[in-house]
Amino acid sequence: MMANQTYQAQSPVNFSTRVDKVGRRPMIASAIKGIVAIIIAFIMLIPVIWMGMTAFKSLSDAVSVPPKVFFTPTVEGFVNLFTQQRQLTDAEVAQYQERTDLNWAEQLVLQRQKTIIGQSQFAGQLLNSLIIAGASTIFSVIFAVLSAYAFSRFEIPGKDDLLFFILSQRMLPAVVVTVPIFLMYRQLGLYDTHIGMIFLYTSFNLSFAVWLLKGFIDEIPKEYEEAALVDGYTRLQAFRKVVLPQAVTGIAATTVFSLIFSWNEYAFALMLTSDRARTAPPSIPLILGTGGIEWSTIAAGSMLFLIPVVIVTFILRKHLLRGVTFGAIRKG
Amino acid sequence: MAQTSTDITSLQSSQATRQPRQRQMSDLRIMQLFILPTVILLILMNIFPLIYSLYLSFTNYSVIADKAPEWIGIQNYTTILSDQRFWANFATTGRYALISVILQTLIGFGLALLLRNKFKGSGLVTTLILVPMMLSPIVVATFWKLMFNPSLGIFNYLLGYTDINTSPLWLGDPNLALWAIVIVDVWMWSPFVMLLCLAGLSAIPEYLYEAAAIDRASAWFQFRRITLPQVMPLLLIAVLFRTIEAFKQFDLVMGLTSGGPGDVTETVSIRLYKLAFQGQYDTGMSSALAYIILIIIIAVSNLYIRSLNKARGA
Repeated sequence: MMANQTYQAQSPVNFSTRVDKVGRRPMIASAIKGIVAIIIAFIMLIPVIWMGMTAFKSLSDAVSVPPKVFFTPTVEGFVNLFTQQRQLTDAEVAQYQERTDLNWAEQLVLQRQKTIIGQSQFAGQLLNSLIIAGASTIFSVIFAVLSAYAFSRFEIPGKDDLLFFILSQRMLPAVVVTVPIFLMYRQLGLYDTHIGMIFLYTSFNLSFAVWLLKGFIDEIPKEYEEAALVDGYTRLQAFRKVVLPQAVTGIAATTVFSLIFSWNEYAFALMLTSDRARTAPPSIPLILGTGGIEWSTIAAGSMLFLIPVVIVTFILRKHLLRGVTFGAIRKG
Repeated sequence: MAQTSTDITSLQSSQATRQPRQRQMSDLRIMQLFILPTVILLILMNIFPLIYSLYLSFTNYSVIADKAPEWIGIQNYTTILSDQRFWANFATTGRYALISVILQTLIGFGLALLLRNKFKGSGLVTTLILVPMMLSPIVVATFWKLMFNPSLGIFNYLLGYTDINTSPLWLGDPNLALWAIVIVDVWMWSPFVMLLCLAGLSAIPEYLYEAAAIDRASAWFQFRRITLPQVMPLLLIAVLFRTIEAFKQFDLVMGLTSGGPGDVTETVSIRLYKLAFQGQYDTGMSSALAYIILIIIIAVSNLYIRSLNKARGA
């Protein structure tokens, strides 16, 4: 009896059960964790920030040794990105300097004794990227909504195998499937065409989109449709008027993911396009100026290409987890 | 759930037989119509090409030659399996996959532990850290090439090498080139592991830690007996997925080194690309190599999809 009382006196009961959550030390620990996390986030973003800075450097600033952290921003890189230029002779430079009809871009390149002779291919390649990513996304999302609904709601013989088959298409390395597709496309005249690339990206996004959308549709209670069916809706009406509106978030997330995947795709575009349907990714590393590698031009191209994705990442942040696990893991 | 849906469909079909409605499609028809486009497209774009390339892998054929494929049996496969350079390609791929997956797992898990407890602005920080994995790998490779540049790049300066003559040549040194690719891969994909680990961590019920705190379990004990086992399923998914992706890696290697210097960073995908689309355009041989890679990938993805399904069921 006595021993028990002493024991109680020695160990005070006024500590919380969550010793790890209250008191000064854990608070400081969590503050340190937060600061470390912020520092790491900053370090991780250095390459992206550096890219952005390089895009606004002049050609000479971009290749200065040691690298410049402070510089006068210019849009030279962007002008070079979208234009083709020609070197001027000294006599021509003098002649050009007297002209008053030059626009700002022409004046900018004149500083490097050059003149603009036309558009570069980059704008066209960005447009190709946009067309191919956009069209393939529309097709794959439409097909995927239909089959995801069917997979979610109906008893389909061999459903698991079929779903496995669909996802396994996504796992194939691009290089592996490209060889036969290359041969097939050459036969059909689809090599280096927008239609060919749209087909290909549609099929590759489809497997991902089906899985992602099935996850979203699985979450819509079946009772809603069943009630609609009892009220005399046909199955199609129930699908259109009950399921689709409920699945809007899922459809939007899937659309954006498909867009990003096709926008970023490199291997297929490298191997199956050359001039007409070439998209931006295979072109960016090959951007060459008149005098060797122009880093600020390359950086400008990368910048324009990446900005949409960075913005979209922020919009999608709640769905990133689902997206990258093919809809398997829903909540964090 | 499945039971009720069959009940309702059978109920409906019995109603339909009693009072046939002209314009209403049966559920079976709808199901077929809904699945058909997907299945047709996948067969057209994936199955058919794969069958075609299986045939080509047994032939001697080049797309740029004007000759029909010539059947040579398993000769392509035996050539590949007895060639030192192919084995070296597989070894490079394996080494690269192993190192980068291990590093990604450690860093990703570490980051997740850091970001686990919410603080002011933690949402923003998490999203910022996730940005790299959404970017186009080839563009990432391009700007890392600038970072790695021995004179213009800032990577060496950040590491503290200020003398250009002694600073490491990340992409040019045969001993460092693979590490350079690993660094970029880890930079890009640790956030992916982090994302999955965060999901796993947030699902751990608070009472487990409370119970452990009452028992005055040490932090290490809590980590080993609560945190780790609870996060394991998702961590496994992340590791498997990254292994598959590392094995397939093409864009980053192509953008950073194109397999060089020499062929020290030549992974199987790069070798396959060179075989199929450069020099001789050896279509037959490249189809055979493609099939060997395919079998390995299918084996690993089987494991992966299995663990995904398990996570889905849980």
